[in-house]
Amino acid sequence: MMDGSTNARGYEDAQTGEQQIRNFNINFGPQHPAAHGVLRLVLELDGEIVERCDPHIGLLHRGTEKLMESRTYLQNLPYFDRLDYVAPMNQEHAWCLAIEKLTGTEVPRRGSLIRVLYSEIGRILNHLLNVTTQAMDVGALTPPLWGFEEREKLMVFYERACGARLHAAYFRPGGVHQDLPPDLIDDIETWANEFPAVIDDIDGLLTENRIFKQRNADIGVVSEQEALDWGFSGVMVRGSGMAWDLRRAQPYECYDEFEFQIPVGKNGDCYDRYLCRMEEMRQSLHIIHQAIAKLRAPEGQGDVMTRGKLSPPTRGDMKTSMESLIHHFKLYTEGFRVPEGEVYAAVEAPKGEFGVYLVADGSNKPYRAKIRAPGYLHLQAMDHVAGGHQLADVAAIIGTMDVVFGEIDR
Amino acid sequence: MSDALNELGTHIETKRTDCVLGWSVAHDELTVDVALSNIVGLVEFLKSDQTCKFSTLVDITAVDYPERAKRFDVVYHFLSMYQNQRIRLRIAVREEDMVPSITEVHPSANWFEREVFDMYGILFSGHPDLRRILTDYGFRGYPLRKDFPTTGYTEVRYDEEQKRVVYEPVSLVQEYRQFDFMSPWEGAEYILPGDEKQEEAK
Repeated sequence: MMDGSTNARGYEDAQTGEQQIRNFNINFGPQHPAAHGVLRLVLELDGEIVERCDPHIGLLHRGTEKLMESRTYLQNLPYFDRLDYVAPMNQEHAWCLAIEKLTGTEVPRRGSLIRVLYSEIGRILNHLLNVTTQAMDVGALTPPLWGFEEREKLMVFYERACGARLHAAYFRPGGVHQDLPPDLIDDIETWANEFPAVIDDIDGLLTENRIFKQRNADIGVVSEQEALDWGFSGVMVRGSGMAWDLRRAQPYECYDEFEFQIPVGKNGDCYDRYLCRMEEMRQSLHIIHQAIAKLRAPEGQGDVMTRGKLSPPTRGDMKTSMESLIHHFKLYTEGFRVPEGEVYAAVEAPKGEFGVYLVADGSNKPYRAKIRAPGYLHLQAMDHVAGGHQLADVAAIIGTMDVVFGEIDR
Repeated sequence: MSDALNELGTHIETKRTDCVLGWSVAHDELTVDVALSNIVGLVEFLKSDQTCKFSTLVDITAVDYPERAKRFDVVYHFLSMYQNQRIRLRIAVREEDMVPSITEVHPSANWFEREVFDMYGILFSGHPDLRRILTDYGFRGYPLRKDFPTTGYTEVRYDEEQKRVVYEPVSLVQEYRQFDFMSPWEGAEYILPGDEKQEEAK
């Protein structure tokens, strides 16, 4: 009725002096720098207050789960790099754990330690990106520039381990693909010694920054009960005061022998979630140092992969043994078979609980693989969390929810 | 670990005999088969019962078995942060069956149920907003059903003349490569090239 036409009571706005105001619907995205990818939000605004928020997702849907049903277990592994492309190896980890659980494979100690080391590098990669770009969403330009410089160094470590900066395909069922050279471990240690200074720099830019605090404190408050109702995980529950971390609660790999602390927030707002991420980076560094020490210890030496039907033979074997050559050929054409059954394997990915539900029918291809992405549930609660906030807060909330569309849309 | 799960399985079975069709523990995971009509009651029980306290919904998904009369399995995963345990509920569903929605108990089920509807075409009764979620606006068919081809039916491109995106039936330059990986010695279901002559010679 904005055009001043007669309303139900039969008189015009102009005569009464009253204005009929209707809520305003806007599209946020799919091309918006603060949407962290291809998110389209249909927002209903009452002035600047968000009344309703309807996320439209699926713009990056690639049908990963369908594709996986027609490929072998090993061919499916690289798809996991493309889910959460901010911390690729953590996703592969879940897939490897699911296969190992079904086949009953033990990972050798060195392989396990390398996995922990790289999972924590992945966590820092993710938190660096998230903390700094979220700061950019609320108006700070410097943090992402500083953060990306460190991410670049970490990606070089990815590259030196597996040959690819992003799409690693490094974690394999039964271990990791190749051993780390000693000088790479030295370089990771050098970096880990220098990195606290960078965190302190970012800390100094943001933590006590007035604008940053005004934009984040008391924004997007999630209570403990809400976190349970909406199925949150990761920093989204820890920010609300629950010390829930799968690495501690349901230890996988060899996390039970590492010492680390779980930071929790008090208020459950965007600012607490930011603080949790900063502290988690420091804890990850602590784990990295421990992992390096364990990798150098005598019991940390040895093979990085169980040699068996799941993994390829060594190059040396292939050159001397016919059986190894046949095995290598069969492994990379037909692939290995996984016994019938169903498992759910989850890891504490940087964003929360990343799980794989795998149904195997005894063939060389998964019958069904469901990817449980943490961001899917976080974004789902967008309507609930963002309702009643200002339009500008939507960007801050999306930022701390840590959504990446690779994993949400699959 | 398994002892605790066995205990939990017996507990649920004795408390809710009418809901539980059977349960098993495999790979340190508890799976409970549930009757279709009782799912909401059981989920509510699992959430409120003090020994269960499955307060977090982890996942809802489905699995398609086209050869079965009850074609789909709808699978629920729950997590109890208090008891530190997980549980999997499984219900067998016919193609025409409606599954009661659990959004009243767990609001987070909303998108999961939409996704199952989108991917498998399983309807959820009592769902507030059962729209497609991941597929394109105006998409037809249910992609994760086993009878849906991996290539899909339509492809999209930007048409320079019409100045808009157009939808066309999929045309593949080369046949879609679908290997069966079976070695010919282990029951391949095709005739090897050359073998057909053997039949003719007889």
